[in-house]
Amino acid sequence: MASGEALVRVQNVHKVYHRGNERIDVLRDLDVNVGKGEFLALMGPSGSGKSTLLNIIGGLDRPTEGGVEVGERRIDRLNDGQLASWRARHVGFVFQFYNLMPVLTAERNVELPLLLTNLSRAKRKKQVETALALVGLSDRAKHYPRQLSGGQEQRVGVARAIVTDPTLLLCDEPTGDLDRKSGDEILDLLEGLNQQHGKTIIMVTHDPLAAARATRVLHLDKGQLSSEAAA
Amino acid sequence: MKYLHLVWANLRRRRLRSLLTVLSILVAFILYGLLSATNKGFNAGVDLAGNDRLVTIHKVSLIQPLPVSYQSRIETLEGVDAVTYSNWFGGIYQDPKNFFPQMAVDPAPFLDLYPEYVLSPEELEAWKADRTGAVVGRALAEKFGWKVGDRIPIQGTIYRNQETGGLWEFNLVGLYEAGTKDADETQFLFRYDYLNEGMGGSLGVVGWYIVRIADPDQAPQIAEAIDSTFANSPAETKTTTEKAFGQAFAQQVGNTAAIIRAVLAAVFFTILLVVGNTMAQSVRERTNELAVLKAMGFSNGRVMALVLAESCLLALVGGALGLLVAAILIQPVGKALSGFLPVFYMPPKDMAIGIAIVLLLGLVTGVPPALQAMRLQVADALRRA
Repeated sequence: MASGEALVRVQNVHKVYHRGNERIDVLRDLDVNVGKGEFLALMGPSGSGKSTLLNIIGGLDRPTEGGVEVGERRIDRLNDGQLASWRARHVGFVFQFYNLMPVLTAERNVELPLLLTNLSRAKRKKQVETALALVGLSDRAKHYPRQLSGGQEQRVGVARAIVTDPTLLLCDEPTGDLDRKSGDEILDLLEGLNQQHGKTIIMVTHDPLAAARATRVLHLDKGQLSSEAAA
Repeated sequence: MKYLHLVWANLRRRRLRSLLTVLSILVAFILYGLLSATNKGFNAGVDLAGNDRLVTIHKVSLIQPLPVSYQSRIETLEGVDAVTYSNWFGGIYQDPKNFFPQMAVDPAPFLDLYPEYVLSPEELEAWKADRTGAVVGRALAEKFGWKVGDRIPIQGTIYRNQETGGLWEFNLVGLYEAGTKDADETQFLFRYDYLNEGMGGSLGVVGWYIVRIADPDQAPQIAEAIDSTFANSPAETKTTTEKAFGQAFAQQVGNTAAIIRAVLAAVFFTILLVVGNTMAQSVRERTNELAVLKAMGFSNGRVMALVLAESCLLALVGGALGLLVAAILIQPVGKALSGFLPVFYMPPKDMAIGIAIVLLLGLVTGVPPALQAMRLQVADALRRA
């Protein structure tokens, strides 16, 4: 674990899926700690359990056994409503395929998580402007996703993830659908968020060059940690 | 309100599909509005019927006349407050298509029993003073461009004037107005004594009697007393409350309310399927987007509410526009049908029911996809994407 206190504690987590009569052990007694302000990369072959681990840390899925603590809160013990509320306040997600709403402009997409807050319209607008400025897309605020390049769409995705100033930023292959140049821009952005703004980031990636931007890299294989290295 | 743009944007996602769905709802509610007005037209007389009025007709049928002598005998019965008569004339003004009811009546007693027909005292005096005088409803006068002082020729079909070979001429001496919204403003009322005289002074019969009673609770007993008085006579009678009489008259066409209800039920069932299908498709298409909303922290309830708001907005846009267009169309359609349905409007109660149906439509069609969206498992949905 990186220096400093642990923000995320994954303790003895086991995750089992059932496909028909088949039992699939996706995660096996996994222990992972992520420090506050850390930029962690999760690598491993397909089916190794990277995304499942990310989903469990983000409160989108629950462990079959074991516990997950984020900021001293046992999120595996929260009910659906409490988890939703917790995610709204503490987690920002960046997806591989951006997952923007095609019917909304960039600024409206970024505003979505803020709709769950009690902020006034003016304050929401201000925060959206700040987030878009941070990702360098102030001039694309009124554009629809179809009018943006892949790299720009992903930057909007990043702006949406950080607009509520979450504790944790979870990125599932954020450069997986981008060319090298656009991918580098997104990684620069994530690196900047980590180094200059102190954001804790956990990133799933297949790309060693992307993983190299992280402060620590964990390799998973068949649901278990196979190696750990400082980047 | 802060979610309205999101709901609206989702409806605009497949514009053609949303437009066609809105149009189908719109047409259904136009139909609802017009059929509601039609139903009102058929039953206006029933709704207007006074609780204190009975109608006495010939036991065989309304077409059979009753002797004029019955009036004085009915007047003597206990509980009877006033009696008058009315006689269907059935003449033609210029063209058979120009249909409107013409009634031969006794002016003052008739207006006394029907306070919903409002005629000024001056016009009533003028009517009393002119044997060939007639008064008509304002709507009828407007339809044919008549004004007080006009001479109106009407060709008799049942009653042929012996002096003129069938033609009857009337002086228009007054225009009555409807004192209530349901009162018929398309009647042509003229004096019975003119009819009797034109028929040689020996008519001796009237169409039916209208009896005002002092105590509406005594209606069955008084009706029984009237019919008993004329039992075993050549012209036996059948007396009912005016409401029952109006209902029986309206149902000669058929049970219009039931027919209209059946048509509307079929229409709304179809619309339910159309809107339901639109909403189900709309939600199925964006499973991934709904999962992303949930990942951001939108609760199950909030996602469900968003989908329900969409279906309600869809129904509201189509339904409100439909009711509005129906309200606009009712006037010209009512004018065109005034000969057959003198009263033609959508009652406020039906408008309120229409609005309730709009909301119900939105909720019923939105619940299944909303539940589907609510139960969506985020991790599964994102994995499938």
